[in-house]
Amino acid sequence: MTDMINSIEALNRALADAMTDHPEVILLGEDLADEEGGGIVGVTKGLSGRFGDSRVRSTPISEQAIIGAGIGAALVGMRPVCEIMLMNFTTVAMDMITNHAAKLRFMSGGQTHVPMVIRTMTGTGLGNGGQHSDYLEAWFAHTPGMKVVSYSSPSEAYGLMRSAIDDDDPVLFIENIPGYFATGPAPLAGTRIPLGIANIARNGEDVTIISYSEMVNLALAAAAALAEQGISAEVIDLRTIAPYDRATVLTSVGKTGRAVIVHEAVRDFGVGAEIAADISEALHGKLAAPVRRLGGASCPVPFSKPLETAFAPRKEDIIEIIRGLF
Amino acid sequence: MPDNQPDRDTLVQLFRTMSLIKINDHHIRAAARTGRINVIYYSPRGQEAVAAGIAAHLTANDYITTIYRGIHDQLAKGVPSRVIWAEYAGRVTGSCKGKGGPMHITHPETGVMVTTGIVGSSMPIANGLALASQIRGDKRVVIANFGDGASNIGAFHESLNLAAVWKLPIVFVCQNNLYAEHSRFDKFTAGGRISDRAGSYGIPGLHVDGNDPVAMWKAAREAIAHARDGDGPVLIEAMTFRFHGHLLGDDASYIPKEQLEAAVQNDPLVVFRRFLIDHGSASEAELAAIEAEIEEEVVEARTSALAAPYPDVNELKIDVFGPSRSTPLPRAETVR
Repeated sequence: MTDMINSIEALNRALADAMTDHPEVILLGEDLADEEGGGIVGVTKGLSGRFGDSRVRSTPISEQAIIGAGIGAALVGMRPVCEIMLMNFTTVAMDMITNHAAKLRFMSGGQTHVPMVIRTMTGTGLGNGGQHSDYLEAWFAHTPGMKVVSYSSPSEAYGLMRSAIDDDDPVLFIENIPGYFATGPAPLAGTRIPLGIANIARNGEDVTIISYSEMVNLALAAAAALAEQGISAEVIDLRTIAPYDRATVLTSVGKTGRAVIVHEAVRDFGVGAEIAADISEALHGKLAAPVRRLGGASCPVPFSKPLETAFAPRKEDIIEIIRGLF
Repeated sequence: MPDNQPDRDTLVQLFRTMSLIKINDHHIRAAARTGRINVIYYSPRGQEAVAAGIAAHLTANDYITTIYRGIHDQLAKGVPSRVIWAEYAGRVTGSCKGKGGPMHITHPETGVMVTTGIVGSSMPIANGLALASQIRGDKRVVIANFGDGASNIGAFHESLNLAAVWKLPIVFVCQNNLYAEHSRFDKFTAGGRISDRAGSYGIPGLHVDGNDPVAMWKAAREAIAHARDGDGPVLIEAMTFRFHGHLLGDDASYIPKEQLEAAVQNDPLVVFRRFLIDHGSASEAELAAIEAEIEEEVVEARTSALAAPYPDVNELKIDVFGPSRSTPLPRAETVR
């Protein structure tokens, strides 16, 4: 029988296996050692006991200092995995991330580089309100030198995290909070899923849904419902949001002639706009319908349940927008 | 060392480092003013003794981070003037292939790991260098250079607190030149001495005359030994002055004339040169020979830089990311 685990366990295994294989991997972040609970949702539980307090370090609530320490250690050959507990908290470390981590390889003429992973969680659905729920990936995707990665299942969480740690450049690794608890088949130890390559999560002929993170699971549910209505949807999970796999996206949309990009981040000026522009530039005249985007509403994430539900795309929204393309 | 004093060779070495910074600065300003190089230049003239006193206790293995006004720290740490000049001139032979420029000189060979253009950002990254040293137990010490203005940004507090709770092998060197851009230190900084803040973190704080190379040398020796011995961070506040304003071309009208005149009257190089001769540590001829040698080195650095080619525009696509990895990172990769 296949071992079923959730993403918390998958990430815990990825970190543990990476620390076992590579002595230069260290973990830094708020509350992540066992004395402080092993991480706010338990992703790092047991790791300080196993690998010691020197390699698994709880930090003060000092996001600049956390990322700064990660950058400095990475410059001299360590492979830090820094946790910024919630994605909104990256805002207080933006100088470290965008002015330094992302740019030092280029600005040093390739003499130094920053093999650092920044783990961060986010997402609507738990009533965390306006400062604990945002998807801010577009800000980082807009910064050359940063890689941005997300996953949509436990085994991908493992394989992408292993690749992120192996990577020689800074990777922002996005974890979805409600998605932590869904179970799936456990990955084989040591498995890597390459960065920069999208996954065709479902094959289809009539329309391409391009998504990432937890929204992929919504897109798959919508595709299943659409199949019953006679529409065959292909679902692409970007996995790496930046730099994204243009070839896979353009090949798919070239085949289906229709594209919808779905993300939880605010739609306006988001990742979907960039992908829509690329599709239009490459496939103008070959499209059967305008490229459409679905994303969060143009407002801060609200608290009240009906408002929060209405903020992010729902399965019904995906179905409706796709039906409108035919 | 008797009386805790630097010996003759050390004194002459301090003079040599300070002269290199001064002469190099003279030629950079001249080249910038005549348009031979196009740079926004933050002259370190007046702050030579700080960098020289610190560097005297560092090895090539030790790391530093510094800031846009950091050419004195880089030269003192051993970055060859020719790679600095070539970088200032935007040439492919520069330390960063011309891609970083004056504000981002990087030279891992001599331990200059980051030069930042962002006020305060030298400190959080320096902590990471020190963290690697602590985990590996390799006894490297890290110097985080910054100015008085940076003592008022949040990164200062986050960095000193983290360094203190982790007992990192790092020395924070605040080069207090009394002006943050155009803003007078005492008008915008509460509490008087920055070094007094060390007490808030339970670490030693040293208040030093940063215009006196011997005082700097002594303070740096104590602080660096403390960090190297595993006793944790030290904060040094080196009191100094900058002779050429915030950046080249700045009319320095916000600096009272008398203050600038007094500082120039007490030019650390002039004072130290006289001290060496008066105390019989070196002869006029010996010091003049050192200056002539440096003059020649710097002129050669300038000449070779201006003769070097610019980088190919294809460099826009290089060093944004490293090569993609097609196979997993080898297990237990040797730690550099």
